[in-house]
Amino acid sequence: MSATTGTHRPCPYGRSAPDARAPGADPGGGGERPQPVRTRPRFAERLRRGGVPYLLLFPALVLELLIHIAPMVIGVVMSFKQLVQQYIRDWGAAPWSGLDNFRVAVDFDAPVGQALLRSFGITCAFTVLAVALNWLLGVTAAILMQDRFRGRGVLRALFLTPYALPVYTAVITWSFMLQHDNGLVNHVLHDQLGLTGSRSFWLVGGNSFVSLVVVSVWRTWPFAFLMLTAALQNIPQDVYEAAQVDGAGVWGRIRHITLPALRPVNQVLVLVLFLWTFNDFNVPYVLFGKSAPEAADLISIHIYQSSFVTWNFGSGSAMSVLLLLFLLVVTAGYLLVTGRGGRREADV
Amino acid sequence: MSEAVRTRRAAAAKRRPKSPTAPPTSFVWTRRVLLTLLTLFTATPLYVMLSSSLKPLQDVTGAFRWIPSTLTVRPYIDIWHTVPLGRYFLNSLIVASSATGCSVAVAVFAAYAVSRYRFRGRRAFTVTVLSTQMFPGILFLLPLFLIFVNLGNLTGLALYGSRGGLILTYMTFTLPLSVWMLAGYFDSVPRDLDEAAQMDGCGPLGALLRVVVPAALPGIVAVAVYSFMTAWSEVLFASVMTNDVTRTLSIGLQGYATQNEVYWNQVMAASLVVSVPIVAGFLLLQRYLVAGLTAGAVK
Amino acid sequence: MRRFRKTAAAALTAGLTAVLAAGCGGGTSTNSEGSNDNPKELTYWATNQGSSIQQDKKVLTPELKKFQKRTGIKVKLEVIPWSSLLDRILAATSSGQGPDVLNIGNTWSSSLQKGGGLLRWDRRTLARVGGEKRFTPSAMAATGAKGKPPAAVPLYGLTYGLYYNKKQFKDAGIGQPPRTWDELVADGKKLNKHGHTGIAVEGGNLQENAHHAFILGKQHGADFFDSSGKPTFDRPANVKAVKQYVDLLANDEIAAKGDAEYAQNQSVRDFATGKAGMLLWQAARTSLLAHGMKSGEYGVARVPFQTAHPLGGRRVNTMVGGINIAVFKNTDNHDGALKFVKFMTSVKEQKLLNNAYGGVSPVLKAQQDPPRSPDEAVQREAMAESAAPLPQVPDESQFENLVGTAVKNLFADAAAGKKVTTASVRRELSKAQQQMGK
Repeated sequence: MSATTGTHRPCPYGRSAPDARAPGADPGGGGERPQPVRTRPRFAERLRRGGVPYLLLFPALVLELLIHIAPMVIGVVMSFKQLVQQYIRDWGAAPWSGLDNFRVAVDFDAPVGQALLRSFGITCAFTVLAVALNWLLGVTAAILMQDRFRGRGVLRALFLTPYALPVYTAVITWSFMLQHDNGLVNHVLHDQLGLTGSRSFWLVGGNSFVSLVVVSVWRTWPFAFLMLTAALQNIPQDVYEAAQVDGAGVWGRIRHITLPALRPVNQVLVLVLFLWTFNDFNVPYVLFGKSAPEAADLISIHIYQSSFVTWNFGSGSAMSVLLLLFLLVVTAGYLLVTGRGGRREADV
Repeated sequence: MSEAVRTRRAAAAKRRPKSPTAPPTSFVWTRRVLLTLLTLFTATPLYVMLSSSLKPLQDVTGAFRWIPSTLTVRPYIDIWHTVPLGRYFLNSLIVASSATGCSVAVAVFAAYAVSRYRFRGRRAFTVTVLSTQMFPGILFLLPLFLIFVNLGNLTGLALYGSRGGLILTYMTFTLPLSVWMLAGYFDSVPRDLDEAAQMDGCGPLGALLRVVVPAALPGIVAVAVYSFMTAWSEVLFASVMTNDVTRTLSIGLQGYATQNEVYWNQVMAASLVVSVPIVAGFLLLQRYLVAGLTAGAVK
Repeated sequence: MRRFRKTAAAALTAGLTAVLAAGCGGGTSTNSEGSNDNPKELTYWATNQGSSIQQDKKVLTPELKKFQKRTGIKVKLEVIPWSSLLDRILAATSSGQGPDVLNIGNTWSSSLQKGGGLLRWDRRTLARVGGEKRFTPSAMAATGAKGKPPAAVPLYGLTYGLYYNKKQFKDAGIGQPPRTWDELVADGKKLNKHGHTGIAVEGGNLQENAHHAFILGKQHGADFFDSSGKPTFDRPANVKAVKQYVDLLANDEIAAKGDAEYAQNQSVRDFATGKAGMLLWQAARTSLLAHGMKSGEYGVARVPFQTAHPLGGRRVNTMVGGINIAVFKNTDNHDGALKFVKFMTSVKEQKLLNNAYGGVSPVLKAQQDPPRSPDEAVQREAMAESAAPLPQVPDESQFENLVGTAVKNLFADAAAGKKVTTASVRRELSKAQQQMGK
């Protein structure tokens, strides 16, 4: 079903009327030049010409505003109020507390602020490590499975299975495997392979950080694999063949063709993985229960524990807003550095 | 290049012996080793799940054995009685499918705008929708519930406690990333295709639907999968927005953790049972994740 | 185009603000005590008490039909899993859109009381269900902050008992179950020598940790909050109490090191399979049966005190666990809700339901039949004589989390081989106290 050239069937999905290209008007940028005609056709024409992107965006915009942005704005407003237990019933009655909630959160001399900072550091380390591993595994598997071989379909489905399973079950299974006494991990490492002197604790103590990374990667790398596999499909075979004729080996082709071609999707994927992993609540919550060991105290759980659990929404919102600001800065920096639309510059 | 020449070339490629284009042995062996390791990593917990689902309850939390000493299919029967698994499954299916269908539809249009047009507010739009990913879910939960309740009081539409409200929520929550990712996929579809279609007399909509969508089908499939899986496994909003009748699977599974006992074997069995259709779906979707849809199209 | 976009944006914003403004106020009115707009229907949120939600429904539905026959009010039942209950109560309180009657964990009473979403049970309202004196004082104390009208009424009761393996005790030459903590430790060491672990503890479970810390704290004469509601976690008596509990694993070594990560009732399994000889648990009968341990194989005794004959406030060996039943303030069937609560706390229903769920009825008159199991006998006695309610402060769940985490960290340290001393215990408790933020 590719586009055919050379046929002259009228396009069934609506035409761009040739008279829309009036002399002196922009072909699609929302021009403001005055036109000496009746207002109604001018509006309709302008709408059709310059309004196309806005029309396309309209449904998404309305939904987002009502269901996503509005609650977020309310959430931000909450951070300026002292919204504690007694005001839950009527938020309007909660007193405005200005920046108090924020002050408590960033007061790094007080234990609350200190704990928040520490949790933040751990989350950064965890996120960078997990995202790197996710991407690495995803891209490796996607590239390795690009060529056809027997059983490729089944293997792909197997790799996607952790993503298909409910989070609860996946994490519970890992918590079984990581048990000190009866877990598979200790059984293999200690009893069968003899790699460790004594059985280690994986769910409490320092090793819990490693456990968290492993479980998170197990669950998430299939998503990277999926996205990258889809992206690889758009690289035309001819380019590979041409490179091969030129004498490029497999690794050279990967380095010079595949990876650069994946850039647009990579940019989005890495950012998305970063945001998800940073804010992940389900994995640490199911793995460690309501309180994570100090080595694995992720910020999402931390904020939940120090505020929402006591219905102190003002404080929880303030911490979340700070988190939001940090992530916005990181995202802005990331987008600047990686530069969206490298290819499009060349196109235009 | 005309149609005929292309077909001949493809046929010739098939007839050619493997050796000149086959990957070197080092690559094949690297591939085998790496894929084996990945398979082990992925499959071991799956094996644990499977074997736990076939054990009586005491053995699940007992000493670890590679091969269970007692096998029983009892859990697979019990799962339907302990909680109304069939109903939960159906609810999840309805909610996730509807949310995915609507979300992908809306996202395709929005992504096309983001990818192909430079309009004012484009940067603001993308930054705002990205920032929604940076907020913890619980902060959305209560305000959204309030909005639904108030909308319900104003319009009589019961959005909380119903599947419709959940569908609307999931659709919206998966929208930002769907748009962002689809825009990335659309970016890799060359604009020459659009222009070719527009020269045919199609408007931008026509170009989108006749050319870009088919070319970016793998990307659309990937985004649809993401949308579906997000709606399928979402826990927080489902816990508050559903009641007995409309409860979805992700909350329903927690019904196996009761006051007296957590039925681990049933949790595993139920999870495997409900995931089988999903994985089967993945298997079926394989053919969309296939190269060649843009190959040679512009020539 | 610019104008169009601006007007569109303005319109959207205006519409949104309207929705938001309407949305910011929770509920229709803040001070009303409900209405009687819907006298023929009730919505009841029950909690999971039995072996499954379906089973809970099976137990409750005939009783609800009885109620309907008696009063003509139809009760719409929904059994809610514990994992979602608090979130739903929160959503209901914020929006005014909720059930008429609901079960709550009795430790939530104070915080929900402060949240303002529950009906206040003043003297007149309590009179409509028979008055305060019908209930065990300790259960009644767990219905809200002292001095304020209760936020709920006791429904089911649960207390701790000491479960011990009869055969293991006999083999180790222990004549009777321990009555003091020192005896408990000594017996545990004897069991260790005979190839079993002395006691199983649920070291990774925050609630269990907090409960035991509280009970032992009481036994040493201290509380975790003072009378004005300020936290006093690191008082010497509390430090001693927590150290005593952690020492089971750390210095006395009568609990297995692996217990430090137990958070999914593994300690019950360990006791049932004979790995450990003792267990401190609430109403373990049905769980033990599910693990294959019959009631003849174990005995139940009182949880030990510090000394053989403790006096006054130190005579505490359990906290009052259980479920309370509350009425939502915004109910649209006020009279019907009160009738329903009266029905659920009636002697006949209490006997039936507590029997089905393995708990003890907090209604005094319902405790007069002979106990059906040793389990129940111990529970009744504890509830009547030596139970204390957990601190009835609004931040009770914060307390459980922080103190529970402190104990969990200490267990983890001990399991990893680090020394647990009075100083290290005090440090953890101080840290927890500071995080209370007061």
